[in-house]
Amino acid sequence: METSNRQITFTPDLFEPVQKSPEDVEKITGSPVGFWGDAWRRLRRNRIAIVAGIIILLVLALAVAGPWLTPYTTVGQMLDRQYKPPSLSGYWFGTDEFGRSMFDRVWAGTRVSLYIAALVTAMDLCVGLSYGAISGYYGGKVDNVMQRISEILNGVPILIVAVLTLLIMKPGILSLTIAIGLVGWTNSARLIRGQVLRLKEQEFFLASRSLGASTFRLISKHLLPNVFYIVIITLMYTVPTAVFFEAFLSFIGLGIQPPAASLGALINDGAHQMRFYPYLLIFPAAVLVAITISFRLLGDGLRDALDPRMRQ
Amino acid sequence: MLKYTLKRLVNAVIVLFIITTATWFLMQLLPGSPIQNFEKLTPEQRVQVQKQYHLDDPLPVQYALYMTGLLRGDLGDSYLYGGRSVTSIIMERLPVSLFLGAQAIIVGLVVGLFLGIVSALKRNSIWDSGAAFLAVLGVSVPDFVLAPLAQYWLGLKLGIFPIAFFESWWHSVLPSLVLSTIIAAVIATFTRTEMLEVLGQDYVTLAKAKGLSRLAVVLRHVLRNSMIPLVTIMLPLTAALVTGTLIVETVFSIPGLGEQFVKSIFEKDFPVIMGTTILYSVFFVGSYLLQDILYGIIDPRIRVAGHRE
Repeated sequence: METSNRQITFTPDLFEPVQKSPEDVEKITGSPVGFWGDAWRRLRRNRIAIVAGIIILLVLALAVAGPWLTPYTTVGQMLDRQYKPPSLSGYWFGTDEFGRSMFDRVWAGTRVSLYIAALVTAMDLCVGLSYGAISGYYGGKVDNVMQRISEILNGVPILIVAVLTLLIMKPGILSLTIAIGLVGWTNSARLIRGQVLRLKEQEFFLASRSLGASTFRLISKHLLPNVFYIVIITLMYTVPTAVFFEAFLSFIGLGIQPPAASLGALINDGAHQMRFYPYLLIFPAAVLVAITISFRLLGDGLRDALDPRMRQ
Repeated sequence: MLKYTLKRLVNAVIVLFIITTATWFLMQLLPGSPIQNFEKLTPEQRVQVQKQYHLDDPLPVQYALYMTGLLRGDLGDSYLYGGRSVTSIIMERLPVSLFLGAQAIIVGLVVGLFLGIVSALKRNSIWDSGAAFLAVLGVSVPDFVLAPLAQYWLGLKLGIFPIAFFESWWHSVLPSLVLSTIIAAVIATFTRTEMLEVLGQDYVTLAKAKGLSRLAVVLRHVLRNSMIPLVTIMLPLTAALVTGTLIVETVFSIPGLGEQFVKSIFEKDFPVIMGTTILYSVFFVGSYLLQDILYGIIDPRIRVAGHRE
């Protein structure tokens, strides 16, 4: 065999055997990447989603700390400093008709809007997750009845439910949350039900079931962890919808009542005075748009990262 | 198909009945009497007013009266406007809203289709990213931000459009444009996705291989097949327009149904709120019904399963 190769002569002493063990095989492939690690790697490569995430963090930080960055308060009136235009040295976002600093009011309003959005999202998830999981898990008659109920709720215009709820209850953070959350959960329930129906047919589920696992264990150990990523994606889309609806209801006057303000209430005030003081509209509107766009883009990024099959 | 349609129809009627009943009873829960300054009226006037609005009857009778009236298309009388019938108020206001909505749909459809087709054909080019950016902006910027900004820039600063009222066709342009943004954005995204899917199909490759011109392939084979699902998203979009008209008509002071609805909420004119709510619900439920039926015609698998996943 060696005769065919004249330049280099291979002799057995040139080689040394590789120690083959399971550990070495692992070393070559690197440490295993889990589901979340994999998703994070995909997400990190999506520059738009990362920028959106940073904007969300920034808005959150300002909503928490914003009003403390200036020496002014959001309540009371100071008529000697009405309608000061925005400037870097004085009022960063200007002042309104009562001389209140718009910088403070915008971030306090953002805080209210995001707070309501967080409550609505939590409500949406609790109800949607349990409703979808139960409906999909039990199937059959239970599923049928539950599907009919959510179909009826789906047929009811969300806007009208919200308006009616707010007409009956006093406008405020709690009533707004209930009004917006009442109908919104059907979408996440539908998604989760679909995923549970799929999971139910898979082998690992059958295995666990035939080993005698209880219903609680089946749902909590096998179903919920596998629908968790849907929950996260839904969450990203629920937040902007909730912010939008809160702003809409405040805009038509059914939301947060003065002197408290949300982004929608501020935009409404700003729209009325826009002709002479456009900055009263532009700042709250910009924050609102930044929030809705960022959450949507981050949601798209997360969807692509967590469930590449859903990529469009 | 008939059985499926009937099932959907029965479902829709049940939904409407539940909505109407729930709304009616919720209206009874509303705080305060429908008649302001009730104590200032003389006893005779009180009796007269209560008779006129059937407020002296027990609740079940009032409910039965309302529901039988509803079947005849009678929505009761407004508490304001000298007791005008709700039906006549709606009939006066509805055409304006329908006009704005129709105009917005046409503009949104044209712009959305254009953006969607261009970005699908020039995939991953600067056109594609530009259209995607516009679509995200269109979905994310709410009407109540866009409407005042449009009033300010296009109406006041540039002076192209009138900023309020509804006196000529020219007055309807700006509100329709604002309304059409979300439609255009949704249709653009949708068209792009559908077209990319169809472009990858074997029959498109075959059409190209046959030597058909690019235009013929796009128009006859790709676009036609991408448009099938589009028929069905038009309807929820139409329903979303209702929310839009509430805002846009209020901002632009346009005497449409949306403006009346918002005004009635402030004036606590319950019969008008109730009548408009029912009309909107019919609109929503009807468009979903139509969509489900269209889905059933287009995709026979749905009929068997009874619903889509």
